[in-house]
Amino acid sequence: MTQTADVAPPTTGRRSKAAARPGGGTHRLHRSEHRWALAFVAAPIIGFLLFTLYPIGFAVYASLTSWNGLGPMTFVGLENYVTLFQDEYFRIALYNTFFYMLGIPIGLALSLVLALALNRRIPGRTAFRAIYYVPVISSLAAIAIVWQFAYNGDFGLINQVLAWFGIDGPDWLQNTATVKPAIIIMAIWKGLGYSMLLYLAAIQGVPASLYEAAALDGANAWQRFRSITLPMVRPVTFFLVVTSIIAGSQIFTEINIMTPAGGPEFSSASVVWYIFRKAFKYQQMGYATTMAVVLGLLVFAITLIQFRINRRNDFSID
Amino acid sequence: MASTLMKPATPELATTPEKRRMGAAAQNRLGNVIVFLILAVGSLAMLAPLLWMFTTALKTKVEVFALPPVWIPDPPQWNTFVRMWSEAPIASGIMNSLIVALTVTVVGSVTSALAAFALAKMRLPYKNAIFLGLLTGLMVPYPTIMIPQFVMFSRLHWVDTLLPLIVPLLFGNIIMIFFLRQYLSSVPDSMIEAAKIDGASYLQIFRKMIMPMIRPAIAAQFILWFMAIWNDYLSPILYLNTPEKQTLQVVIANLNVEFATQRDYPLIMAASFVALLPILIVFLIFQRQIIESVALTGSKG
Repeated sequence: MTQTADVAPPTTGRRSKAAARPGGGTHRLHRSEHRWALAFVAAPIIGFLLFTLYPIGFAVYASLTSWNGLGPMTFVGLENYVTLFQDEYFRIALYNTFFYMLGIPIGLALSLVLALALNRRIPGRTAFRAIYYVPVISSLAAIAIVWQFAYNGDFGLINQVLAWFGIDGPDWLQNTATVKPAIIIMAIWKGLGYSMLLYLAAIQGVPASLYEAAALDGANAWQRFRSITLPMVRPVTFFLVVTSIIAGSQIFTEINIMTPAGGPEFSSASVVWYIFRKAFKYQQMGYATTMAVVLGLLVFAITLIQFRINRRNDFSID
Repeated sequence: MASTLMKPATPELATTPEKRRMGAAAQNRLGNVIVFLILAVGSLAMLAPLLWMFTTALKTKVEVFALPPVWIPDPPQWNTFVRMWSEAPIASGIMNSLIVALTVTVVGSVTSALAAFALAKMRLPYKNAIFLGLLTGLMVPYPTIMIPQFVMFSRLHWVDTLLPLIVPLLFGNIIMIFFLRQYLSSVPDSMIEAAKIDGASYLQIFRKMIMPMIRPAIAAQFILWFMAIWNDYLSPILYLNTPEKQTLQVVIANLNVEFATQRDYPLIMAASFVALLPILIVFLIFQRQIIESVALTGSKG
């Protein structure tokens, strides 16, 4: 998603253009090369035009219409957008979606600690690394199903374990106060291994000489962490924050499986869940597309901000 | 740890700094023990929901709701893993998921590799503009385009078939193109020029030279892509209505709704366990490659 960051090495293109110029004799050969190259990239270009660009254009137009998906599209101008900003449900869904993102900093802090722990010479670290990564590769649908049951107030794993410590847990997913935290906890559990892995790779890339020099200067472990590890893993933190926000803005599967009705009093509904519902349950395709366009703009804005900050800090991690 | 071995070699240096280092080593070892214990408890928390999923599958319907809870069912109801095949469309779900994931990854990897070859090593006007244009596609969230796509495919009467899940992805995967292009950029141009002078066509160069070279990179991306498609849930639920046509993730999600009313949690858990088992096995086999390619994803971000 955000791999776009510091790509665009302009050198190759310039070199090939320069090489194409001298010597008119090779011109025909180059034309044939152009044709072959175009044929090779044709598939992704066609795919992009057909399944990304055209749908975007269509979405923008559909967002200006009243439409049930089957019948004619009636142009209504910005009416859907006006409705959207007065739609209490959309506001709640947006609030919930941002609320879920509170899990991002918690997850990142935990995974950094985990990566530091796994960076030590301890027995079984490969096994640990694999175990913490298992939830990442597991099917989200299956995970959501088992966690939904685990959050059951009477028979769920969570409350059964809490009972050992004398805690009488709530009925997590039926309670407006606990349903969002419950989903956050699950999401952290699921994503921990991924960010841990990226942090671990970054930490292992830090030159040992930096730590040795700091140790000679008498820096203690905390100081070494603050002034070496933390700045060195910043690009990864940045990458993870942005990708997590983009992914978080599209949270759907766990909501739809764990709380099929959007939770008590709509308290777990996310934006994509609401779009899905409006489009495919109530056939309000025009209005749903409006929300989808707003979501797309939101993600686009986040990506742009990333580009800006990326350029300012001049990260070069190649 | 290394400093313990050094101690006898330098007896006269065993002054305060040396002692301090010894102390640090001992402290380090104690720290490692504590870290190990914390990691072990953490691993338990990571695996507990999955283990519980498995043990619940082996319980009777009554044991699931027993208080105090039954942790290890006795006797284990292995029958759950037998009866689920006839009580739910799990076999067709596996089949459909395999058809989608394999078609997409096999064909899509070839189209991606061809495009990566052209973008990395061939002369083409506006090459970088094309590449950047394709990359912008990554910024578009699927929910934004899912409704127009759905309308497109429903006009083609592709709803309730696997085609909408397969066809758009056959055109290549930009993430894969990105990594293969990166990988190919280290290949010297002179090698390809030499092959051209020898009269090889571009397809031959691709087949005989490029493909063998980028095979490890393709394999890593292939696995990640396969897992992503196998685990996909949003696009399959848009298109697939008939139970026998659904992919495995949709099948288990529907089981979850349907069988919960019958309180048949063992069946739900057994089916969910089966849904994540293939990927779990793939992960355990290709653990090193997967972990390495994921770590690479981050560092190239």
